[in-house]
This record gives sequence, C-alpha cells and structure tokens, in this order.
Amino acid sequence: MSLSEIEAATESEQVEQAAGNLRREAWRRLRRDPVAIVGFCLIAFFVLVALLAPLLAPYAPDAQPGRGMITPTNIPGPSAQHWFGLDASGRDELSRVIHGARQSLLVGVVSMLLGMIGGLTLGVLAGAFGGTVDSVVMRIVDVMLSIPGLLMAIAIAALLGASLTSVMIAIAIVNVPVFARLLRGQMLAQRGSDYVLAARSLGVRRRSIVFGHILPNSISPVIVQATLTLATAIIEAAALSFLGLGSADPRVPEWGRMLADTQRYLASAPHLALFPGLAIVVAALGFTMLGERLREAIDPKYRR
Amino acid sequence: MLKFVIRRLLLLVPILFGLSVLLFVWLRALPGGPAQALLGERATADSVARIEELYGLNEPWYVQYWKFVSAAVQLDFGNSAHTNRPVTEEMLRTFPATIELAVAALVFAIGIGIPLGYFAARKYGSWLDNLSVSGSLLGVAVPVFFLAYILKYVFSVRLGWFPTHGRDDPRMDAEHPTGLYVLDGILTGNLEASWDALVHLVLPAVALGSIPLAIIVRITRASVLDVVHEDYVRTAEAKGLWERTITRRHVLRNALLPVVTVIGLQAGLLFSGAILTETVFAFDGVGQFIYEAISTRDYAVLQGFILVIAAMYVVVNLLVDVSYGLIDPRVRVR
Amino acid sequence: MRGTSLNRRLAAGALAGALALGLTACGGDDDDGAASGGEGGGTLVFAGSADPVILDGSLVSDGESTRVINQIFEGLVRSEEGGTEIEPALAESWEASPDGLQWTFTLREGVTFHDGEPFDAEAVCFNFERWYNFTGVLQSPAVSYYWGTVMGGFAANEDPAMGQSLYTGCEASDEHTAVITLSRPSSAFLSALAMPAFTMASPAALTEFQADAVSGTGESPSFDGTFGYEHPVGTGPFQFESWERGSEVRLSKYEEYWDEPAQVDELIFTVIPDGPARRQALESGEIDGYDLVDPADVDLLESAGFQMLRRPAFNVAYIGFQQNYPPFDNLQIRQAIAHAIDFDNLIRTNYPEGAVRATQFMPPELFGWAEDVTTYDYDPDRARELIAESGVTDLTLPFWYPTDVSRPYMPDAQANWELMAADLEAVGFTIEPNTAPWNPDYLDATQTGGTPMFLLGWNGDFGDPDNFIGTFFQDVNPQFGSFNNPEIFAKLDEAEQETDEDARTALYQEANRMIMDFLPGIPYVHSEPAIAFREGVDGFVPDPLSNESFATVTVD
Repeated sequence: MSLSEIEAATESEQVEQAAGNLRREAWRRLRRDPVAIVGFCLIAFFVLVALLAPLLAPYAPDAQPGRGMITPTNIPGPSAQHWFGLDASGRDELSRVIHGARQSLLVGVVSMLLGMIGGLTLGVLAGAFGGTVDSVVMRIVDVMLSIPGLLMAIAIAALLGASLTSVMIAIAIVNVPVFARLLRGQMLAQRGSDYVLAARSLGVRRRSIVFGHILPNSISPVIVQATLTLATAIIEAAALSFLGLGSADPRVPEWGRMLADTQRYLASAPHLALFPGLAIVVAALGFTMLGERLREAIDPKYRR
Repeated sequence: MLKFVIRRLLLLVPILFGLSVLLFVWLRALPGGPAQALLGERATADSVARIEELYGLNEPWYVQYWKFVSAAVQLDFGNSAHTNRPVTEEMLRTFPATIELAVAALVFAIGIGIPLGYFAARKYGSWLDNLSVSGSLLGVAVPVFFLAYILKYVFSVRLGWFPTHGRDDPRMDAEHPTGLYVLDGILTGNLEASWDALVHLVLPAVALGSIPLAIIVRITRASVLDVVHEDYVRTAEAKGLWERTITRRHVLRNALLPVVTVIGLQAGLLFSGAILTETVFAFDGVGQFIYEAISTRDYAVLQGFILVIAAMYVVVNLLVDVSYGLIDPRVRVR
Repeated sequence: MRGTSLNRRLAAGALAGALALGLTACGGDDDDGAASGGEGGGTLVFAGSADPVILDGSLVSDGESTRVINQIFEGLVRSEEGGTEIEPALAESWEASPDGLQWTFTLREGVTFHDGEPFDAEAVCFNFERWYNFTGVLQSPAVSYYWGTVMGGFAANEDPAMGQSLYTGCEASDEHTAVITLSRPSSAFLSALAMPAFTMASPAALTEFQADAVSGTGESPSFDGTFGYEHPVGTGPFQFESWERGSEVRLSKYEEYWDEPAQVDELIFTVIPDGPARRQALESGEIDGYDLVDPADVDLLESAGFQMLRRPAFNVAYIGFQQNYPPFDNLQIRQAIAHAIDFDNLIRTNYPEGAVRATQFMPPELFGWAEDVTTYDYDPDRARELIAESGVTDLTLPFWYPTDVSRPYMPDAQANWELMAADLEAVGFTIEPNTAPWNPDYLDATQTGGTPMFLLGWNGDFGDPDNFIGTFFQDVNPQFGSFNNPEIFAKLDEAEQETDEDARTALYQEANRMIMDFLPGIPYVHSEPAIAFREGVDGFVPDPLSNESFATVTVD
C-alpha cells in the first residue's frame, strides 16, 4: 500500500532517540525547510477547502447546472463558467472535487485516529508488560502485517459491507500494527534508558513510568507516523472506493469513486479523471512532504 | 547459520496459525455464514444443507477448523462460485501473470532507482538530487491507479505506443508452458511472442513500479550518503583510488544492504498495487481476479487467495531475512 | 438473453398458429454480406466482456457463451438473419400434426459433425433425450434454464414444483426424419428451438467426453467432463480449436460445412472485461470488432472511421416497484414518480443515439404494442400534486441500482440512478441509496422481493409478447412484490390461449393499456445496442436476439 508497511519494519530501530531537547531544535529546522513549508501549505489548503466547501464551491455537489447539455459523447471540459468542466450527469466538476475534500479529510483523519488508538494500545501493552504479553501481541501484529494492506482492507470491507464507515474501519485496522510496532520499539528502547532506570530504582510505579515518562517521550515519532499515515489513508480510501467498496450513495462525491466512475470517459472527457486524481495527489503530497521532513527534523539519522 | 534459519522458520508457525484462524473466523463472520458466502445469496436451503454437509459446517468448530486447515494444506480451497473452477486452478493461471508483472515492476524500479539514488547522493545538493528527492515524494503521493490512468491515456490512447490492456495480442498463437509469457516465448523459441508480451508489460510495470521506485531511490540515496561519509571511503579517496573502484568495492556493496531489505519488503506492496494496476490495464492476473471476486462476492476465491498471498509474503520476508543474515553476520546474533 | 425471471416457466397453451408472427426484419446495414466477400480467408478477432461459462448450449444462458456456441453449433431451425422469423436450419422442413402434438422434422442430408459423425435423426433424438433426462444439478435453473422455461419439466423432476415436460419423446422414423412428441400444443415450441439452448451436438463426442458429468450444487455447478471445455463438436460453420480460459477461444473454418462455408479461416473470441479497453483494443487494431459499445464511445469511433452496427431495440428498461413496501402500494405515489423523472433528459444524457422512450413494457416492433396507453410526461408540478393528494407522509424511497453491469438496455445503471434520484428529490421525495453487484446479489434481491424500488430491464429471447409482458405480469411475481391484479392476469392468459392473430394482438394491446394504468413499474427506454467493427470487416448482420453468425463475415 505504501510506505507505512516498510517503515513499520524498520521504524523501531530507526526512529528512537527523538525526545526532549531535540524538539526545539527540530522545530527550528522545520521552519526553514522549504519542503516542509510547501507541505504545510498544501495541508492547510486542503483542510481549508474541506472545511469551507459549501462556501467555496460554486454549486451544490448534486446540482445539475449542465442539465440537458450532456450526451454520452459530449461532456464539456473546463470553461470560464465551469473551471473543471461538467461531469457525465451535468454536475459541476469543480464543486464535486471541492466537496470531495470533506469526505477525504473525514476518512483520513478518522481512520488514522482509530488506527493510532488501536496501535498505541497494543504497543503500550506489549512494551509495558513485555514477556508473554509482548510475544502474543507481536505475533498478532506479525499476522496482520502478513496480509498485504489493501487485501486486508478489502477483506474487512467485504465483511462490513460497502459504506464509508467500513472504509474507515478497514483502513484503521490496516494501520493498527504499524503504530503498535512503532510504539513498542520506542518503549523497549527507552526501558533501558537512564531516566527510566532511575525512576524505577526510586520505586516509581510501572503505570506512572509508562504514562508519565515513556509515552510522552515517544510522542514525536508517533506524530511523524500519524502525518504519514494521513497521506496513505487518503490514498487507501480512494483506492477502496475506486474498487467499489466505498459509500453506496453515488451522489456523495468521493475522489476515488469519481475516478472509477469516469473510466468510461477517459478518451472523450479526460478532465473527469484528471481533477479528482490531482486532488488526491495534492492532499497526499502535503502530508507526505510534511511528514518526511518532520521525521528528518526529529531524527538525526534521517538528516541530510 | 542453520540455527538462525531454523529459528526463523519456527517463527513462521505462529504466523501461519494466526492467519488460518483469522481466515477461518472471517469466513464464518461474513453476512449469511460460510455456506451462503460460498454459494452466494441465491442459495436454497437444500443446497446450503448440502454444502454444510460437504464442508462439515454442522460439526463442532474444532473439527471444522481441522478440516479447513487440512484442506488448505492440501491446497484445496473449493471451487470459485464465479467461474465454477477449482480455486487452485485459477491460482495456477493467475499467479504467473502477476509474478511476471511484479518482477518487471521490480526490474524497472531497481534498474532506475539504484543508479538514480546513487548519483543523487554522490551529487548531493545538485539539481539531480533535488529532482530525485521531490520525485520520490511525489511517487509515494500519486495513487497507483491514477498513475496507471495517466500512463494509459498518454501512451496508449493518445500516442498509441503501447497496447492498452491484457497480456498478449489475441492473434498471437503461443504456447505457455510456464505462464510467464516472456519466458515462454524464449523457451519455445517464439521470440515474437516474447516481444509482444514484453510490450504489454511496459505500462503496467511502470505504474506498479512507481512506489518501489520512490522508496528504492530514497533508501539508496540515504545509505550511499551514510557510507560515503564512513572513514574507509574517505581513506580510499585519500589514497587516490579511482572513483569507479571506490564505487564498486566500497560504496555500493555496503550501501546495498538496506536496499536489499527494502526490496524484499516490497512483495506485499506489489500485491496491493497489482490489484489496482491490473484492474486499470485489464491484466489477467491475481489482482484482476481478486477484483472480480470482490464484485461477485466469490468468497472461496478470496479466502484461498488471501491465504496463499499472505503465506508467500511471509516466506519472501523469511528469504530476505535469511539472505540478509548470509550477507551480514551481525544480523544473526540478534 | 436471460434477463430477469429465473423460475418462470413459459406456459405453453397457445396453438402453433400463433408462431408465424414475429418481427419484420429490421435493419442490417449490409443485407447480403456473404455474397459481397469473394476473397475470404484471414483471421477475425472479436472481443467479448467475459469468458464463456461452458461451450454447451443446453447448459448456459449467458450471451458470452452463446456467442461462441452459435458459431460451433446449429439447431433444427433458426431465426432469419436480422429478424425473429423462423427458418430452416438443420431441419429442411417440418410439419405439426393437426392436434399440435406430433412434430415431424425432415432433416437436411449430407450434414456431418466436426468429428466426422453423420448428423441424422438418431443424433437429433439423442440430443433431445439427453436434455430430457437431465438429473440432479443439471436440472437447476442456473444450468438448463431454457429447457426448464420452455419445456417446464424433465423425465424425472427433482423439484416437485416443476410440471410435466412439454417434450415427451423423440423417434427416428428414418435416417432423416425425426418425430417429436409433445404433451400439449404449444406456441412457444418452434421458435424456442431456434435458441442456442437447443442446438445439436455430436452424440459420439457427448458420450466420449462426458458432457453430463457434473458435481457441485445447483447454484454453483462444476462440470467435470471435457466436452464443453475441450471438445465441443457441432455442425456449425466453425469448429473448435482451443480455449485458453479467461483469455480467448479459437475457432477455425469447418471446410465440410453443409451451407456456404465461413469466409474467414480463423475466428478468435477474446476477453476484455473493461468497456474502454475494448474500444482501445479496436483502435489499436488488436481486435477487429466488439460487442456492447459504450454510448460514450459511439461518436468517437464513428468519427475515427469505425463501423457502428446497431441491433434493433428488442429490449426494455424499467423501474420496478414491490408493492408490499409502502409507499409503493399507493398508485398516486407511483404516478408521481413517473411524472417526476425527466426520462427524455435521461435518455439524451445516458443513452446512445437510437434509444427511444418506452411507453409500455415491450418494444413497438412487436405485435400487441398499443399506441394509446396512458403516458406519463415529465411534470414536476403534477408530481407534487399527486404526492399531496396521496396523503402519504413518509416520502422515503429505498431505491436500488446494480453495480458491475452494462446491459443493452442500461449501459450505466448508476448514471441512470443518479439522474432519477436528483429528479425525485426535486419534487420532495427522499432517496435511500441501495446497491449490490449485479450477479448474483442484485438479481437475487430483485427476484425474491428484497428491493422496494429498483432498476431492471429485459432482453427479448424470441419474438412474442408473451416473452415480455407475459413474463412479467401473467401471474404473481415476487419481482413486483404483492402486485396482484387478477384482471391483468386473466387478460394475459386469454391472450396466450387465443389462436386468432388479430384477436391476440388486440388482447395484448388491451393488456398493455391495463398495465400502464395500473403502473406496477415504469418502462422508460428501448435502446439499440451497438457493435463496432473496423473498416474492412464486412458481412456482419446484427440480430435482435443477439444470435449472430460470423460465417458471413469477411476481413480484408
């Protein structure tokens, strides 16, 4: 599916010492990094468009300003009045792409959060208890990682039926092992660190060590992973609705579905594939750029 | 070394076990239950009963599980509800296609990715470096199916340079002993068929190869940068060794280790990507077949294919681990 | 081919006289392709959208299988080129006894199967007896659908709901004379024999390659013999060469064909599931022609110099209502829905040229079509009035559409659904979207009454109104929910049993008027599906029933 799978494997070793005093330094670097700034701007643009969609879009997503103008072989492309052209039902493509940002943002954020919560829970369990709990959790994670991400999402979506909710749950579950591994690695690395040993020798209870020290110190790589996961979640959501596993209501503008639905018109109306496709790229690119640079800023290993 | 391999093999057992449990539960959790899932919704009570008898679905769950596992071990996944043929036969038909596509995609990704990553690192900060860095960011952000669309629109629909779909020209009368069409052409001395198959592979392979390409460029660049700054390379440079010798002897050999790992880890990604790529290019492989299985709710096919793909993925990872252990003894200790 | 009703048995009450009815030939662009191509030879590659199921006409009901079967096999009779009238094929002539129970077929002489076996009366009886004696899984409607619908039963019925078979026996009275005995007179019998389901296969091959070996279940049969996969042997103009599953079927010209031999030497049917990919394959020259051209591609291909042939519109698309679900039990609501949707806009937007607005559940070419049925024009205000008058307050409509399907009458179901939903919401309805993959889920759901309001359609199998409105409305049909109108049922029964042509026409017209007043569903379009060929391919004659022969086709 994307980066997340590979990274999960190497994450724990590679993103380790990224805490405390490094953070201020990282922030300073980030503010000067053009890639990160562009990434941030793309994200801001995407989020603003999503939030303000009803104000920005010239038409409602299901309005048909081109009613009566369309035939299967004549779908007008971009014009002064309709910047992105009309779609096969006579709707304004720009308005649909703008409203599609809402779906995309919603699915991305919700599935990332669900996946993160699930993954962090498993990771904390494994990292904090170690031993049998750790092995059991990690074997579960191994099993989940052994199924290619998209296939796993498809299997889950088949179980839950085609809807936006099942898309979110499917993507969340795919991301659970990624976060679980990441956090466990963090915790293992820090368990042997001086301040944890010190706290332990002072008789601080395990729970407060985990929640008071280890978790806060692991937060940076989790934020990095969350940013990158947002990118993949947007792409994965588009892929699932591209495969027909998204919402049952075709009137809801989803980028992936818009792409799939226009497959028939690729030759006669390529604009119908181009704009939703570019929208996915812009949204995913923003999170990828910021996430990558964030990671580099936090983790010295990635610098250069 | 042997001990290392055995330990890794033993690790497979819990994974495969977990996988079988997961699929077993999955099939039973599907709406309508496993018999309905295998038969489709139009199943009559009579044939549901027959299928339950046939698959022992009325027996206790542990007996069912045992039957499920022993059937799976014998690669018996039942019949596809869609094509009415044994799932195993469909695998033999579709897997070679996807393997051929995946290999082509990897060849493309490695062939371009390693040199690009290498030169980007050597010319650190140059336009080439910037290009490859931004390209690899973009490569991750562009969905495979969108890229496939663009390639198809530009190079097939507009320019007509490549065929739009499928694995070979229908007029091509070729034998397929292995199912890997390019190889088949060579084996049977039909080079025309090989060429035809190759031409059909280009666009899907480029689309599918885009993600591993982005990752390979990045990892190669990063690890070459690491190595270049190692003392022994500096020493070599100071000694006045030719650049090419340095490249061959020191930099590449050491930089390629992480790249090998990453390539191994692409297997799962490639399968995910193949579902999308094959759908766009009507490439008759595992991905396309799984897509059809989704739309026809062919759960017998999904179950069998997921199990086999996951098993293959796990084995590939194991091979990567082992070969990594062979190359770098330090890994074995951990 | 097979459209909607899985279980309906074509009741066979009417007399043979009704058979002469049919369509006048409508439209081949090339009337006499066979004569035009003198040179012959070459290879023709034609693309379908899916692999055939099996190459045995008695076991299938899908168009991808029958397209290939029609080249390899022939029946006793066939429908005329480009029309639905019956003409001789393997039988030179036939005669029914006065009571309509004995049919004597005089067979063509000198016909051999592709394996060299002679085609004779023994072979005819062997085939009929084979079908008649199907057991177990082979009797399932998913397998021998057409035998089941036409004959209504088997020698020993597995399903007690089946009746006595129309066919009861076959006798080879001499080498070239086969006498088939029926249990009752039937108007459907002769035209049914033209369907691919009743084509003649070589008895030797059927036996040797175990055509009847089958396992699995009725819904998911598994054919264990090799006849239909590797050795389909018939008498047709093409013989089987090879079948690469999922990819292509290769046929070659049968030199000893009894009639004008095929023009091309080799005929390849390749599988391209994706509509745009079929078009692109044609453009790139990889294929010579393909079926079910997407309306979006028609202009594109025509302007690029490709030939576009159109099948006469022998189909109907409709919105169905299941009246056990409110508010569809309310006639005013059904009328409001009919007035609320701008079908002309929908046809213009989603259908190719040549598609016409339907006013009733059968195409205008067919006898029994009535000019003066009640029509429902686009009138949103009238729709709002009707809603107000109906007093119904819950205006939520659970509205279903299928995915993964393109039918001649419905190239893009989702696009139709979207336009209809927008129009319906504009007059105050709330649309609840529901969807399922066409096969098997959607078809099952509509047939078993799980879809309160849905999109569906029908392609005619043979040229008789009974095949349209008889199929839908002659009896209680779960597809239309609790729809139960004894007057309409009685009218259709009467029409089916009427022997006089004019009287029969009048009865069907009467039925059409009643149906459109009662509005159990809203028929909205008859569409002409297009077939595309590259320049230089000649002689293909589109057939309203899609049973085209490729024997007359030439390539340059």
